[in-house]
Amino acid sequence: MGGRRLAAAVAATVGACAAQAQEAERVAIGYVYPEERALTLSLLDRPPGDLGLAGAAAGIADNDTTGSFMGQDFELLARAVPPEGAAEAAAALAAEGVVAIVADLPAGPLGAAVGAAPDVLTLNVGAPDDALRLEGCPDTLVHVAPSRAMMADALAQFLVWKQWPRWFLVEGSHAEDAAFADALRRAADRFGGEIVEERVFEDTGGARTTDSGHVQVQRQLPVFTQRAAAHDVVLVADESEVFGEHMPYHTWDARPVAGTAGLEPTVWSPAHEQWGGIQLQNRFLDDMGRRMRSEDMLAWMAVRMVGEAATRTNSAEADAIRDYMLGPDFELAAFKGEALTIRPWNNQLRQPILLADGKTVVSVSPQEGFLHPDSFLDTLGYDEPESDCALR
Amino acid sequence: MRIALIAALVLGGGPASAQRVFVSNEKSNTVSVLDAGTLEVTDTFDVGQRPRGITLADEGRQLLVAVGDDDTVEVYDTGTYRRLHTLPSGPDPELFVLHPDGNPLYIANEDDNLVTVVDLETLQPLAEIPVGVEPEGMGVAPDGSVIVNTSETTNMAHFIDTATNEIVANVLVDQRPRFAEFKSDGSEVWVSSEIGGTVSVIDPASHEVLHRIEFEIPGVRPESIQPVGVRITQDTETAFVALGPSNRVAVIDAQTYEVEEYLLVGQRVWQLGFAADESLIFSTNGVSNDVSVIDVEEREVIKSVPVGQFPWGVVAMPGGGS
Repeated sequence: MGGRRLAAAVAATVGACAAQAQEAERVAIGYVYPEERALTLSLLDRPPGDLGLAGAAAGIADNDTTGSFMGQDFELLARAVPPEGAAEAAAALAAEGVVAIVADLPAGPLGAAVGAAPDVLTLNVGAPDDALRLEGCPDTLVHVAPSRAMMADALAQFLVWKQWPRWFLVEGSHAEDAAFADALRRAADRFGGEIVEERVFEDTGGARTTDSGHVQVQRQLPVFTQRAAAHDVVLVADESEVFGEHMPYHTWDARPVAGTAGLEPTVWSPAHEQWGGIQLQNRFLDDMGRRMRSEDMLAWMAVRMVGEAATRTNSAEADAIRDYMLGPDFELAAFKGEALTIRPWNNQLRQPILLADGKTVVSVSPQEGFLHPDSFLDTLGYDEPESDCALR
Repeated sequence: MRIALIAALVLGGGPASAQRVFVSNEKSNTVSVLDAGTLEVTDTFDVGQRPRGITLADEGRQLLVAVGDDDTVEVYDTGTYRRLHTLPSGPDPELFVLHPDGNPLYIANEDDNLVTVVDLETLQPLAEIPVGVEPEGMGVAPDGSVIVNTSETTNMAHFIDTATNEIVANVLVDQRPRFAEFKSDGSEVWVSSEIGGTVSVIDPASHEVLHRIEFEIPGVRPESIQPVGVRITQDTETAFVALGPSNRVAVIDAQTYEVEEYLLVGQRVWQLGFAADESLIFSTNGVSNDVSVIDVEEREVIKSVPVGQFPWGVVAMPGGGS
């Protein structure tokens, strides 16, 4: 159903531009995304088939409204790929003349895609790995997605502001869980939190969905979390979705849960309405038939970044678009209350991070009182002196 | 001097109590009525959901309130505060502007990328004009020949010919343009960009950006300087710009574009409205739930008046009426 609406939305976009087809300049944007996404613990979070793609399409529609006044016609070339197909898809998109490739890919396939299309700007919307932003930064790779450190710092600032500084960290047993746990440890050091206890929840395999539901969870998790050192908050690092979503209400001590479950740092929440966000939420729901998620928002932002550069330069040329996006004047408005800009040393998009619990946006970081000489947004994540990258 | 001025306001000009200022309260779903002489809230009345844009029509006899969550514009009798009727505004109206002749009304529909034109007498929509993404600000030339709409995500000021209801020019401005205000002589239109942090001064004849006004407040982080409401005095000498979460109103020499002062007002200042005689200007402060009253000549904040929750729009009516 979502797919049908999406098709209709894309068709409407094309139709609107047909009127100016004779003079409109084509601006093609590639979008590479996983043909299969991981299952989640909560049924509510199961990925719809057009996850991310719908956000990219919404970005194209917004670009085209502006393009209709500028004589520019944006086109999305979307490719769903298995992890090993990313490089081939990127090379093919480059050959088709895209001005940029939006890549919703994990770090490995992302690197392969960048290598396969070395002359094309790649916008990373899928890989949160800090390593990509700390060393060997290719100058054609822009990170639209925030890094794990940015996410962890956003959460840590809030917990410190709340004066809940003692954290009980429970991490999953996969590499990405450990990476987020590392980011949380670093954030504790940075902002005055303390990890008072750490435990690893081993993934012993099994299905995400079961018919026995809560019965075992209700007995196992309290036991798993009992006799921890005195703490204010339970922090969960479970990107792999093995146990984290079950933590709230099942901890031994009555403590709030935050991290990858409970209060989560995120790029977007379907509940975000501030700073004009309600307008994007409304038109996304109308056009796509479902609520907008983080993957959608990241794709929307990346497509809008290309659109913004094409509009400001009044150009469909890849070089002009790249130079403007990576230049000093580039700004993106993305319903976060201030302009998003690009860190010149590693091409990371600066952005406020929402803290949301699935129902509401609880807060937005950076928090008041965390200062930085250049941009308060640079209190989130690794700062320039901590990075080996020095692109500009 | 300041006291004398206020006294003159209260004593002179007949029934000062009739000089009323209307403030829409976005969260409370009410309109607060201030007495421009005593600077007290005299009345509060309920309106529809999420009231924002607010203006006077029918020579001050009607108050129009855009109630976005009800997808309409409500028309109130300024004598009785009773609702007369609603207008077919199109969905999610936010801001609007009245043609200088008193009719029609041009309404920005945020969710539908449209400007809707509504006849206030027949209560019928006359036209829908497609514009950029998230239309918001609405300004009208003093002679009524042109309206300017700003679109927040397209980042343009759209110049619309009121004779044909067609766009005649699109001018790119900085991120998230919120408001458009013409000088009274029609020589310039000023467009504020909330996220860009600037005000673009545009020549309505050539559609060129003549000047881009930037703001810098010592000790205030630049990202929090977010221009929204703009008002320019009738003599075109002085402009006031509300600067959002920086909690300041900038006072600008409207001839040289030089920012001369930053006045500290309440939190997240949205919109501005002059008193009828321009002796005072009122700012709506969205987060601190109050209205700051600024003495225009002295360039000083003389009072904060608590109103409803999240005050958003403000319009003053001349005394003597009703």
